[in-house]
Amino acid sequence: MFRLIARRLLLSVPLLFVVSTSTFLLIALIPGDIARTIAGPQATDQQYLALKRSLGLDESLPIRYWHWLEQAVHGNLGASLFFQQSVTSLLNSRLPATATLVIGSTLLAAIIGVGLGIGGAILRGKAGKVVDVIALVGLAIPNFFLGLLFISWFAVSLRVFPATGYVPISQSVSGWLRSVVLPVVTLAVPGIAIVAKQTRDSMRDVMARPFIQTLRASGISRRSIVFKHALRSAAIPVVTVLGVVFVGALSGTVVVESVFALPGLGGLAVQATTQHDVPLIQGVVVYFTVVVIIVNLLIDLAYGWLDPKVRVA
Amino acid sequence: MTVLVDTPVASTGRSPVRIVLQELRRRPTTIIAITYLAVLVVASVSAPLIAPYSPAAQDLLHTLAGPSAHHLLGTDDLGRDVLSRLIYGGRRSLLAIAEGLAVVVALGLPLGLVAGYVGGWTDWLLSRLAEIVLSMPTIILILVLLAVLPQNESAAMLAFGVLNTPSMLRVVRAATLKVREELYITAARLSGLSHVRIAVRHVLPRVAGPIIVQASIFAAYALLFETGLAFLGLTATTSTPTWGGMVGDAATVILQDGWLIFPPGIVIALTILAFGVFGDFVRDVAVRDLRPTAKGVKPAVASPVPASPPANLVAVPLNDALLQVRNLSVAHNMRGCSTVVVDDVSFDVFAGETVGLVGESGCGKSVTAMAVLRLLPPALRPVAGRVYWEQQDLIVMRDRAFDRLRGSAIAFVSQEPQPSLDPTFRIGSQLAEVVRSHEDVSRRAARRRAHELLELVELPNASAVARTYAHELSGGMSQRVALALALAGRPKLLIADEPTTALDVTVQAEILSLIRRLQADTNMAVLIITHNWGVVADICDRTLVMYAGQLVETAAVQELFDQPRNPYTLALLESHPSRAMSGQRLSVLEGRVPPPGSWPSGCRFAARCRFASEECVANVIPLLEVGDGRLSRCIRVDEVFAEATA
Repeated sequence: MFRLIARRLLLSVPLLFVVSTSTFLLIALIPGDIARTIAGPQATDQQYLALKRSLGLDESLPIRYWHWLEQAVHGNLGASLFFQQSVTSLLNSRLPATATLVIGSTLLAAIIGVGLGIGGAILRGKAGKVVDVIALVGLAIPNFFLGLLFISWFAVSLRVFPATGYVPISQSVSGWLRSVVLPVVTLAVPGIAIVAKQTRDSMRDVMARPFIQTLRASGISRRSIVFKHALRSAAIPVVTVLGVVFVGALSGTVVVESVFALPGLGGLAVQATTQHDVPLIQGVVVYFTVVVIIVNLLIDLAYGWLDPKVRVA
Repeated sequence: MTVLVDTPVASTGRSPVRIVLQELRRRPTTIIAITYLAVLVVASVSAPLIAPYSPAAQDLLHTLAGPSAHHLLGTDDLGRDVLSRLIYGGRRSLLAIAEGLAVVVALGLPLGLVAGYVGGWTDWLLSRLAEIVLSMPTIILILVLLAVLPQNESAAMLAFGVLNTPSMLRVVRAATLKVREELYITAARLSGLSHVRIAVRHVLPRVAGPIIVQASIFAAYALLFETGLAFLGLTATTSTPTWGGMVGDAATVILQDGWLIFPPGIVIALTILAFGVFGDFVRDVAVRDLRPTAKGVKPAVASPVPASPPANLVAVPLNDALLQVRNLSVAHNMRGCSTVVVDDVSFDVFAGETVGLVGESGCGKSVTAMAVLRLLPPALRPVAGRVYWEQQDLIVMRDRAFDRLRGSAIAFVSQEPQPSLDPTFRIGSQLAEVVRSHEDVSRRAARRRAHELLELVELPNASAVARTYAHELSGGMSQRVALALALAGRPKLLIADEPTTALDVTVQAEILSLIRRLQADTNMAVLIITHNWGVVADICDRTLVMYAGQLVETAAVQELFDQPRNPYTLALLESHPSRAMSGQRLSVLEGRVPPPGSWPSGCRFAARCRFASEECVANVIPLLEVGDGRLSRCIRVDEVFAEATA
């Protein structure tokens, strides 16, 4: 188990390196002049050259990369071109909203999805079909459309939740809760679909396995069979899917934070894109990659807890 | 219990087109989905011809007008016709999907084929590369791209294709691996065809199904992604309509008009849905196609009623047997087709005795046992007869009441020792849970009892075993643990389904002697399913012989061995190695058990029987008294008897 974690951690270093390097190269090698784009068509040659120098673009590529890497290793991701603030402090200030959305929606997807999946597996017949329909429809509705639907129903018509905006938890707990309900549910819907389907399928597989028969025949209650024994074995593939759901929710914040006007990383990434704020967007890439690595590590830990065979390996 | 129903392996050789058409007829939703996608493509291509207005034409006098005869879907905040913009918007979205798809197929297909076909280092490298790309945050990387190349949707979609290539690569690789294992590829390779030719001519057609499935999944994701970018205004300028952009525009006026988000939103959702339905359809058809053996699985000649009439439905009075099975029939139901697999079986098991249930695979032995245990898979159902446990009818008993009997009245040991233990809990904890489900004791007392049980089944070092997981045990040890689980509730009857088949010969003998000892200590009855005469001779008092769903002979073990009175029993005995004379050829029982659904109305063994006469196939053969309380389903008993004693 420890070897597994150690291996994961060791692998995550090259991954982070590869991702940040390829981002850097991507920006450098894309045909098109970033300084020209930022400066705009009206800029004079002088302004353009000054901008180029301030971006460090007058240096050669290896030297630019070396500078960036050296700084990044020390936790300095440069300064935003637009916000006049360091990238790390800007990103850190946007972290709470995104964390709330992503963690909240993953938990919600896990709870509702696993519940639906178990129901679909035990009840079979029509109930099993319901899960198929949920899985299809839940994945088919684009999150921006769903978010707007929620806004027009619950915020505009019913006035139960605010349409947009974010209240920090330090300011008001109930206000914070009200401000994140709609975006969290919006982000959770595709996750619910995926988790429900996976849980239903793997519960069905496990329920047909010989050990379930043995346990039933030896007198263990149906409840314990389903919720303790079958669920634990069935949870192993579900955990994998939860990782996918988490990363999906993280990507979804890009759109959903824009729909609900939330101050998070995703919305910031969109802003950075439209403003050609290259250092900022590079910082977002690093943050997202680190989060993905951490989530994968947590999933490996969950495997070890669920599956004794992994623990030995 | 592995194969419950033997199905005929018949490759009907229907053409793929016919399979698809036949399948389509059964699925109206798929037809709707395909039609919808086709309409979408046609409408987009011919947009200038069919759109009622120019997508940019503004009618500032009629802004935000709801649906009307002039504007079927209304107008937006600039008075532009929503329907026309939808039709034109489809062009952008479909083009974007095509761009992404082209990249995914152009990269994923060859790389996946190479990884799966070549294997080795190439495979390892490609798989690691795929892993890395998959763990990258796709959308952010594309935002990086769009920061440098503003509003360039094609670049974004091409990059989206590259970042999604690993999923396609994996699918193609997995499918290729499966095909590569198959014999005809080996044959093709041996016959000297070049690798490229094999890959293109033999592998590619077979992996086409999974590729189309993955392509439709990708198309759905690509559309979600493209509309998302357009919604954010990252790829669209307002003059050219896009579906995502239309939703984005509608969002800005959502307080004045809630309608405008619906036309584009619903069109996007329906399109994704259609891709999903289409993908599911291809998967179902392709999976069927990949397994040609599964094609012929339809019980063609389903016999809706038991082939032989219940012989003596009320004749046998309830006696003092622990278990009485009376005229039990079990049927397999599939798509409205019902096939009898166990046909009118009756027998008793008395306290303390050991009964062997013997026959080839596919005769219904396990199904009979599972019916008694009420552990039949959902497709199988008892359709006639009764099962009594100490005079209580088990078939109609409520689940709750039956659950109380599980383990404490009737216990079960299965064929495969290791898979019959929960892999995720320690042995000790599984045992303790079973103990606690029978006795109201503390956790600690349950642990103690679990330890005792492990000692009872003669496991050395019981406390160490209690701490292990199933995968750490050998087959023999697992079977002992399974026995301990079964004994935890102090059952009066143990049903053992081929408990030694999966074990080494020496371990087999140990397990059998353990069962014998446990039985002597506890006066437990045992119903043991086996096809091994050695097991029968070793442990059984009485034997029930089953063939093609029916009981064909019952007798005490010694009498059965001495004088079989059914040709099937005789043939089975003759084919057993222990019966063979040294230097003589071992006689082999030719042919195979007819599968359920194809049973003849006369004697079911007649086709393989050397005593068979015309009379045998003409009539239903009843189970006859053949002296000494023995029963045999044969009308030529005298001939059999004469030969067996000769």
